[in-house]
Amino acid sequence: MLIAILVLILLALIIGLVLGFSSIKFKVKGDPIVEKIDAILPQTQCGQCSYPGCKPYAKAIASGEADINQCPPGGEDGVKALAELMGVEYKPLDESHGITKPKSVAFIDEDTCIGCTLCIQACPVDAILGAAKQMHTIIEKECTGCELCLPPCPVDCITMEVIEENAENWKWKYPVYSLSKKTAKVQ
Amino acid sequence: MKIIENIFKFNGGVKAQTRKSISTKVGIQKIGIPKYLKIPLRQHIGNLPKLKVKEGDVVLKGQLIAEADGSVSAAIHAPTSGKIKSIEKILLPHPSGLPDYGVIIESDMKDKWIKKIPINWAKIGVEATIKALQNSGIVGLGGAAFPSHLKMGSKATKINTLIVNAAECEPYITCDDMVMRERSEDLINGIELVESLLGAKNTIIGIEDNKPEALSQLQFHTKSHKNISIKVVPTIYPSGDAKRLIFLINGIKIPKGKRSSEYGIQMFNVATIIAIYRYISFGEPSLSRITTISGNITKPQNYEVLFGTPLKALINQSGGQKIKNDNFIMGGPMMGFKLPSIDVPVTKAMNCVLGAEPEMIEDKKEPLPCIRCAKCAEACPVSLQPQELYWFSKSDQFEKAQEYKLFDCIECGCCSYVCPSNIPLVQFYRYAKSELISEFRAQEEADVARERNEFRIMRLERERQERAERNAKRRAQSSKEEKSKLIDEKRAAISAAMDRIKEYEKKK
Repeated sequence: MLIAILVLILLALIIGLVLGFSSIKFKVKGDPIVEKIDAILPQTQCGQCSYPGCKPYAKAIASGEADINQCPPGGEDGVKALAELMGVEYKPLDESHGITKPKSVAFIDEDTCIGCTLCIQACPVDAILGAAKQMHTIIEKECTGCELCLPPCPVDCITMEVIEENAENWKWKYPVYSLSKKTAKVQ
Repeated sequence: MKIIENIFKFNGGVKAQTRKSISTKVGIQKIGIPKYLKIPLRQHIGNLPKLKVKEGDVVLKGQLIAEADGSVSAAIHAPTSGKIKSIEKILLPHPSGLPDYGVIIESDMKDKWIKKIPINWAKIGVEATIKALQNSGIVGLGGAAFPSHLKMGSKATKINTLIVNAAECEPYITCDDMVMRERSEDLINGIELVESLLGAKNTIIGIEDNKPEALSQLQFHTKSHKNISIKVVPTIYPSGDAKRLIFLINGIKIPKGKRSSEYGIQMFNVATIIAIYRYISFGEPSLSRITTISGNITKPQNYEVLFGTPLKALINQSGGQKIKNDNFIMGGPMMGFKLPSIDVPVTKAMNCVLGAEPEMIEDKKEPLPCIRCAKCAEACPVSLQPQELYWFSKSDQFEKAQEYKLFDCIECGCCSYVCPSNIPLVQFYRYAKSELISEFRAQEEADVARERNEFRIMRLERERQERAERNAKRRAQSSKEEKSKLIDEKRAAISAAMDRIKEYEKKK
């Protein structure tokens, strides 16, 4: 009887020690689910989800504050991926937050630009180059197409240009072929 | 010279009708210099080269017109002398049919060379020679168009064996065969040169047994070379695929993600070796190539063509199509693609152009449902499960397809060839691959955007703190005394002003 109690106490102590040690040693910093959600989001940083960027939206989803269908740039595929990650039912994109547009980049008409730096301050990824009273220009490669530079421009010299298919980003198309007449007959 | 007999047979592959003899009846002929040459900048794998000329410039044959940008890039030279007429978007021989930047040269028909400077590699050393090779514009001429200088120099790995890819396994294509028949001497000189640049001890030429004429030429020219051996491999497509050929010759299976150089083996195509030899020994950069024109063509044969020559000139020279259907295929019937337009120039990657035989035109085939006969799995030289990959690609389950090793597929087309239901299997894999690649690219871009956004947030926070610190410092600097003095001064100024107003009113 006594031995049994002692053995159990000893076991409890050892397990307690191991658990206590690993809870300190292997502590996960931050919320891993936020990182996972953030990895799915397209990082456009456009704020159409009504949060100031992708990370805040990821936090809001993780805390259950926001829904999974508020990200237009992520599109239907993004919603599906989020639904799978969160283990919730898929729902169509909430169009009150905007619709999915083809990927585009901002373009500054350099003749019209007055060099006010307002767009530079608005750009969430520092993709606009310029200085006060100097012409500004977009670093095309870094532009996420968030459109946040459009409203502050006092002379409306920024336009969004859809990225056209070119020799570099061209993709093989889904093979389409007509079904055989033979098949049609069998069916 | 010795001939090695034993080979290691790989799984799968197909024995297709080779139809090579139709284009080997006549020797290599030259295509005359065209009036206008359209030279695309994108002719190789890697970065677009940087333009070095502008409209109106006069260029000589062999003059650099675009310089390699970074290490994964290749230079481009003027294939003949003339004037740069324009720099504009031109149609590429690419399945997309999309235009891309290129240089148009108006030829002066003089074909005047720039001063050729051979490289004395023994004097300047191997490293400098490899560096110089980047300016040669030489890329893999077997069709992959991978910049050759990248395959030459890596200090980390020691190359023991140079394998010369002379298999040329795809039906119809005979450009390497003809090169070996007519230019074996250059090839052997080139092999010796590349061998010493790589530091390789021996060379094995892998050649399919359907090229007896080329083989006898090689045997004749390698008589006195002890370190060069020839391995005759059976005619089974795709024996010319790099990893397949290495297995056939050495029995070494190179796993996914590894390069042959890690196993002490480096492989070059015959035409590439000759190009390297011509550049180093004679100072001639990559300006032309041998292209096979065959298939449904009146006079199928091989031509030496300057890069930038209109494909139409090649077609006209060979008499056009026998049965007119205006369909042309670039590459062989197994891996090639239908050219969206024939209004394209000949490029470094264009090893073969086929006039499409009626049975090669996809639309004429009638695909039937998959019956799961698994013939494709038997034929797959990479031992994949094509029927599963087909299923996943067709239903857009790309991640699943990736789990089934989609990216190990070499797109050889054996599965499509044996499919009794005529399903265009490879097209589905190409589709799935390019969808996945664009997903990877989007993910990379997103990662960059995240990093930049996080940095911006950090920067704004830092700036705010710095401003707060500056203000605090300024406040601390101005001591109390100074402050009260300032206030006194201000008060005095105000009272003086008030006095003036009073005086002014009194005067009134």
